Amino acid sequence: MKPGLKQGLTAAFVIARKDLRTEWRTRESLNASLSFAVVILVLFSFAFDLDREEKLAISGGLLWLVYAFAGALIVNRSFARELPNDCLEVLIASVPGWAIFLGKAIACFLLLLIVELASLPVFGLFYNINVLGSFFPLLFVIALATWGITVVGAALSAVTVNVRLRELMLPVLLYPLMIPLLIGAMELTTGLLNGNAVLSDVRLLIVFDVMFTSLALYLIEFILVI
Amino acid sequence: MHAVAADRVWKYFGDYPALRGASFEVAKGACVALLGRNGAGKTTLLRILAGLSKPSKGEVAIFGRIGYLGHGIGVYDDLSALENLTLFGQLAGLENPKQAAHEALERVGLNRVKDGLAREFSRGMRQRLAIGRAFLHNPDLLLLDEPFTSLDDRAVAVLQQLLSGARARGSTIVMSTHQIREAMELASHVALLDRGRMIFSGPRNNEMLLDPGWLYRTYGDIRE
Repeated sequence: MKPGLKQGLTAAFVIARKDLRTEWRTRESLNASLSFAVVILVLFSFAFDLDREEKLAISGGLLWLVYAFAGALIVNRSFARELPNDCLEVLIASVPGWAIFLGKAIACFLLLLIVELASLPVFGLFYNINVLGSFFPLLFVIALATWGITVVGAALSAVTVNVRLRELMLPVLLYPLMIPLLIGAMELTTGLLNGNAVLSDVRLLIVFDVMFTSLALYLIEFILVI
Repeated sequence: MHAVAADRVWKYFGDYPALRGASFEVAKGACVALLGRNGAGKTTLLRILAGLSKPSKGEVAIFGRIGYLGHGIGVYDDLSALENLTLFGQLAGLENPKQAAHEALERVGLNRVKDGLAREFSRGMRQRLAIGRAFLHNPDLLLLDEPFTSLDDRAVAVLQQLLSGARARGSTIVMSTHQIREAMELASHVALLDRGRMIFSGPRNNEMLLDPGWLYRTYGDIRE
């Protein structure tokens, strides 16, 4: 007999807090993801000799490509963290699958958000782009797109958790699914940084988030219990 | 009233049927020793009862809260003993998970090292922590997969004590094991699986207790 909605939600937050605590102690994915994001942003800034207009034109695309790759490093560890000592079995026997998934997604979301917010000043500095001018709308877009990345990523992390080459498999499955989300986020971010954003485009991100969150919550039990 | 009811359960791994129409019922408060040779389907059946796997065919009904101890110890290496048990207490919805964790650590003799990370523990200590975790929330149904395997003397004593306590509280216990003698001493009922089929299920009798090989000789085609 598994717990109901209220206890399931509590379990989700308990699992999220546990993931954040263990990640904070080991810093396995946080260090890898943050280093990757910063290094790529810095390398790209030296690789191309662009004027300001060109930098603004590619800003959204560049930023979200970096965030998408950094996100894959975060979500890859999501369910894999449960493999040592067969902890996933104990979780599945104790709480509903959707609560496990929700907890994992919340933890990944917060970790990726830390990586994104920490690398944003690096982006502003090396590309000479004012990210503070439209910070709060930008934060809103980042939060929406990050939730999309982590929801799809955490679900696929559950799918690939027992696959031998999961580090390779997850990105192969993840990136095609994220294309609509990334296109929306890139256009919105470029628009915001150029001062001509069409915020109605945010609907694409909201629809993506709602659709994939619902789908993942529904399907996760079938993924985890086979 | 049954705590567990499995009705004609089949489980296929590819084309191979690990369980072939296994049926059994466990009355509330019973302690069942689930026996059978390697590959008989004991772990598969316990995983299905624990909700870790779905039967390919057949029905399973479980009543009450489960405590599960599988082959892995199911604790987090990067959390302390106290953090581990508090976490599982919170997941079980206990009112005071920290207090329950302290009590469980006391029962398994780990209170002295409650703040030590699980990965720093010896094998025996980790096993006792896992036992503490499975019994933490006083589950109605305990599903134990070879719980005595590779336990040190102290952990065996702790486990036997906790099992006796659980039986006294009226918990139902289903445990798979190869240690027939120890199992017979604890069990009120016995179930014998042979190549996925439940070939015997019923109360333990004196013959089983006095001669651990009697069950296999009488019901199985396995010779000692």
